[in-house]
Amino acid sequence: MTEMPEHSVALDAKIPKGPLAEKWTQHKNNIRLVNPANKRLIDVIVVGTGLAGSSAAASLAEMGYNVKAFCFQDSPRRAHSIAAQGGINAAKNYQNDGDSVYRLFYDTIKGGDYRSREANVHRLAEVSTNIIDQCVAQGVPFARDYGGMLDNRSFGGVQVSRTFYAKGQTGQQLLLGAYGALSRQISKGKVTMYNRHELMDVVTVDGKARGIIARNLVTGEVERHGAHAVVLCSGGYGNVFFLSTNAMGSNVSAAWKAHRRGAYMANPSYTQIHPTCIPVSGEYQSKLTLMSESLRNDGRIWVPKHDTDVKALRNGTMKPTDIAEDRRDYYLERRYPAFGNLVPRDVASRAAKERCDAGFGVNQAGEAVYLDYASAIDRYGRTEAKVQGIPAPSLEKIRELGEAAVRAKYGNLFQMYEQITDDNPYKTPMRIYPAVHYTMGGLWVDYNLQTTVPGLYACGEANFSDHGANRLGASALMQGLADGYFVLPYTIGDYLADDIRTGEISTDTPEFAEAEKGVQERISQLLNNTGKTPVDDFHRRLGRIMWNQCGMSRNAEGLKQAIADIQALRAEFEKDVCVPGRSDRYNPELDKAGRVSDLIELGELMCKDALERNESCGGHFREEYRTPDGEALRDDEGHAHVSAWAYTGVPSEAVHHKEELKFENVELKTRSYK
Amino acid sequence: MDFTLKIWRQEGPQDEGRMESYPVKGISDEMSFLEMMDVLNDQLIREGKDPVAFDHDCREGICGMCSMFINGEAHGPNRKTTTCQLHMRSFKDGETIYIEPWRASAFPVVKDLAVDRSAFDRIIQAGGYVSVNSTGNPLDGNAIPIPKHDADEAFNAATCIGCGACVATCKNASAMLFASAKVSQLALLPQGQPERMSRVQRMVDQMDKEGFGNCTNTGACEVECPKGISLDNIARMNRDYLKSQVTEE
Repeated sequence: MTEMPEHSVALDAKIPKGPLAEKWTQHKNNIRLVNPANKRLIDVIVVGTGLAGSSAAASLAEMGYNVKAFCFQDSPRRAHSIAAQGGINAAKNYQNDGDSVYRLFYDTIKGGDYRSREANVHRLAEVSTNIIDQCVAQGVPFARDYGGMLDNRSFGGVQVSRTFYAKGQTGQQLLLGAYGALSRQISKGKVTMYNRHELMDVVTVDGKARGIIARNLVTGEVERHGAHAVVLCSGGYGNVFFLSTNAMGSNVSAAWKAHRRGAYMANPSYTQIHPTCIPVSGEYQSKLTLMSESLRNDGRIWVPKHDTDVKALRNGTMKPTDIAEDRRDYYLERRYPAFGNLVPRDVASRAAKERCDAGFGVNQAGEAVYLDYASAIDRYGRTEAKVQGIPAPSLEKIRELGEAAVRAKYGNLFQMYEQITDDNPYKTPMRIYPAVHYTMGGLWVDYNLQTTVPGLYACGEANFSDHGANRLGASALMQGLADGYFVLPYTIGDYLADDIRTGEISTDTPEFAEAEKGVQERISQLLNNTGKTPVDDFHRRLGRIMWNQCGMSRNAEGLKQAIADIQALRAEFEKDVCVPGRSDRYNPELDKAGRVSDLIELGELMCKDALERNESCGGHFREEYRTPDGEALRDDEGHAHVSAWAYTGVPSEAVHHKEELKFENVELKTRSYK
Repeated sequence: MDFTLKIWRQEGPQDEGRMESYPVKGISDEMSFLEMMDVLNDQLIREGKDPVAFDHDCREGICGMCSMFINGEAHGPNRKTTTCQLHMRSFKDGETIYIEPWRASAFPVVKDLAVDRSAFDRIIQAGGYVSVNSTGNPLDGNAIPIPKHDADEAFNAATCIGCGACVATCKNASAMLFASAKVSQLALLPQGQPERMSRVQRMVDQMDKEGFGNCTNTGACEVECPKGISLDNIARMNRDYLKSQVTEE
């Protein structure tokens, strides 16, 4: 264990006292309220309009606060939550399979490999059921069964069916619900919406967050916006790897600017590598596409058992459907019989890497495994034949019925796969490989979702709070909406109660002027640089360093090298980046340059964080710390803490603060899905 | 593969635009259309020229941000495919490809191929939601059973991504398919009933205010819609709109 620097302080998460199941209710009863007349005197800025941002902005406006909401896209409906496919968890127990708030809490703590806060996770499980009710009331068209009741499916790492869904477009439907709520408040004038605006800096006055500097991406104008509190719902930073399932515009800049202004970054190296994505196809690839985890409900994952078959597949003399059952290695079912194909994401990803590293990858690059629907099509086909009363169905008929059943459940995902790969997944198994998908790390927040800067809050993927070292499937949507609809609107009142006499926040102050000047200087520096290399070039190189050294498996030597490489890349970027165009026009290259510059700094901190954590837990797998059979080896004595980093100017020299995690309700165990 | 690209260039909303020609070489058939555009922009930047501005974000066909009129068709030649999901294998080596922005007076050009679609936001703001507060105490999600067929139909209408291909394709630049998808989703569900008549009125009024044209039932929107939103929704909206004129709410 590394020694803590002298000036490091213990972080107070402000977890309420009392029994776990009563903490949130008691806290809500005890925190201060702002009366309706006073709410009208208070302004709140919300940055980002995904599930967390839209729901927070709408809820705050409904309560009476004046909200200014910002997004960099051309409409709040485009935020990347829209792309979430599989579903949202809630402890409704509609399937009567023994689910409960406690079980959802327990699964999430265990799934996060015992690196999250008990109190936060329990609150998340408690409000999960409200989310479903809320969304149904908004007209979100969740899947229903023939009796008209809400349907569920299973996701990885759990043994109940608690995932609510809308085909493969659950994120879209939930976001459009929240966007509807936001739109309603915009129409009432309670939310002022700023589309195509980017946060350029957070402004603090007397140590409190009192506004932001934003840039209108169409006119290039740099604007000052004051408020009594600022809420960052700006999403995750998976794009630090260049290739990821994130949208092209997803970035860390809002969180990183906050970090530079004093907000700590927590566990930045905790990255989720999703096991089922479409493999990389070529040099110029710009992003990776996820195939929903829900596909593991019915699909079976395998590679060939024998090298000869691998060779034949790669040189095209054999098709996967030619390989006999007994020559296939269903490695997840073999290694993890209890959970099979539904092990958590980190476990499934590492298992795929293990097989591919051993030489069994099924594409040219040796980096793909099969996700096979043949047996599901057969099973559904036989059931459907019985339902339809077909006495002795032919194999062809069974196939036809089975394909129809699979199409009804996963149609849009299969279509997407075919569009990208030009392969028909109904006839041949899909090829998949792990890819960066989500970042569990983020801005450190206390129980009230407040960062280390008073008045600055973070919700959704932008904070670090609920998923520990590994997020379970269908939990991101749950957390985003829990934070935005049901947590932040209450907890922020306790802070704002002191501001009822403050009056409007003036932006005509030295603090705003200083921040704006810094922004203007950076813009002209980037535009006037005499470099030759486009921004994407640096981004791609950063991604390669991160994926190789800070990806699915990490080691001390590689991480140290990565820090040096990233520092060199950063120096080169400053010297040689070429940003064309002007600052007073729509200029996407300029926007991108600012984002990549922040991602480079973040990458360095991520490597530092991964280097400091001398254990393997969840998505963080250090090669030096593993069990004899290759599973992650945690160190609960030395590392049952949150690492929160304070900015000093050089990311890898950030000051390390710790929040010790106390487990009073669950026993720390070795996570096993065998 | 090599291509000649003829691309609409326009500095800003008030400037005059023109078609410009650019060669691109060494394109792989596995590249997406936008990745091909990335290659072009990389080339332009290295030559010290102004890269082509275009909207894009998720690159998986769901955010609705990409918007190009390719060879005279919204989102290019393939059915039920957004530009970001279009791959170069759909084009012939050596082909000349024409790329233009969405053209509609309600969608002014921001720069080059990027347009301003905030009119769509304002149509939704006019009533495309259920007026329910999020801090209230709603009924249990299963308290009102919804027949599977209705839930599925509502879902199909709700899959609209708001890209604007329907408007760009329509000779009248009508937004009927877009507006009717939201009207239908909520009209098909019990949650949407209380505001059903006022919603359709307000949304149609807003559509007119924004300067979108009328629907003459040619059905081009349905053909070009990357999500296959059905023309039935327009019929449903027309019915509700008519009804709203004679009922009080």
